[in-house]
Amino acid sequence: MHELAITQNILRIANEHAARADAQRVTDLYLVIGQLSSIVDDSVQFYWDIISKGTLCEGATLHFERIPARLRCQQCGTEYGLEQELTTCPSCQSARAQVIQGEEFRLESIEVEGEGNRSKD
Amino acid sequence: MSKIVHVVEDIMSANDDVAAQNRAKLNGAGVLGINIMASPGSGKTSVILRTIAALKDELRLSVVEGDTAPVSIDADKVIAAGMTAVQINTGGNCHLDANMLRQALPELLLGQVDLLIVENVGNLICPAGFKLGTHFNVVIASVPEGDDKPYKYPNIYRGIDALILNKIDLLPYIDFDIDYFKRGVQLLNPNLIFFTLSCKTGEGLDAWVQWLKARVRAFQAHEDSRLHEWAHHHA
Ligand SMILES: Nc1nc2c(ncn2[C@@H]2O[C@H](COP(=O)(O)OP(=O)(O)OP(=O)(O)O)[C@@H](O)[C@H]2O)c(=O)[nH]1
Ligand SMILES: [Mg+2]
Ligand SMILES: [Zn+2]
Ligand SMILES: [Zn+2]
Repeated sequence: MHELAITQNILRIANEHAARADAQRVTDLYLVIGQLSSIVDDSVQFYWDIISKGTLCEGATLHFERIPARLRCQQCGTEYGLEQELTTCPSCQSARAQVIQGEEFRLESIEVEGEGNRSKD
Repeated sequence: MSKIVHVVEDIMSANDDVAAQNRAKLNGAGVLGINIMASPGSGKTSVILRTIAALKDELRLSVVEGDTAPVSIDADKVIAAGMTAVQINTGGNCHLDANMLRQALPELLLGQVDLLIVENVGNLICPAGFKLGTHFNVVIASVPEGDDKPYKYPNIYRGIDALILNKIDLLPYIDFDIDYFKRGVQLLNPNLIFFTLSCKTGEGLDAWVQWLKARVRAFQAHEDSRLHEWAHHHA
């Protein structure tokens, strides 16, 4: 997927929330990314170091939590993981399955420093 | 002093918000939108031209052409076929996003259109992540690309409504196991509608065209009944 556009989204969301919290600086970002969201961590990190310069997020560390994919067989209801390749249901060999986990793609939280004394809403 | 700020925001939310606005605009104008995604050269423009030829007496069509380079080759073909086309030049970007479509919509006379076809940039990876706000997403695969594409590019096959396998006239010349291809697709998207066709010979095109026409008619009937309801409530 297009890592630059995505990294820009992450930066914008983090800066918005940091400003709203009156933060002076963002130190850490916690991202939750499903196995099926084709995002290359290294590439996000590469763009991040460049585009976060001069913002509240400069120098912040990106943490990626990877969520493995899980499928549910539509035939027999068995739930199973995706090893590397697409696989049929281990119980009944049906190829009809539904993705129940692994599509996550969100910024879960940020860690900030130097919050002002304005009360949080 | 440091503290945790909870965000819990989808990283694609900005694009998804604009996509929802596009959808509302299409709905308001009674236009069914479809987004056609595929790798370069799989036959997006060919399918669009065939679709125009088949439906131009029954439906008012318009096309948005997304291209990375400032060439209007595809848009010119559509215009030559007698349809309106708007070209979006993505400036090197490898996909269309909702905002690009939003900017193109005012150039189309949506009030005079039944079906809007968007030809996305030729790419099997990015377009999957960027919703445009169209009602249906369609992928066109083609025989020369090989039967393993669902296994190698799984994301594009998920979250789509219809899949076309184009260039079936080439099956005798290429080792392409349709069952293997279909199995991969079904694993990724069991409820998908699958068409096999050839833009060269015309084989299989009718099923696709009839499906598309039925979608437009169903959409319009739904819109009409909604308008009807609205008029009723506000009478
Ligand atoms: N044999 C055969 N060739 C086809 C068929 N459909 C399209 N082609 C050829 O495939 C080539 C690419 O077709 P296009 O329709 O331009 O493909 P596209 O996906 O729009 O390409 P880009 O917009 O450049 O990504 C052209 O030379 C077409 O004539 C088909 O069903 N059979
Ligand atoms: Mg084309
Ligand atoms: Zn099963
Ligand atoms: Zn892209």
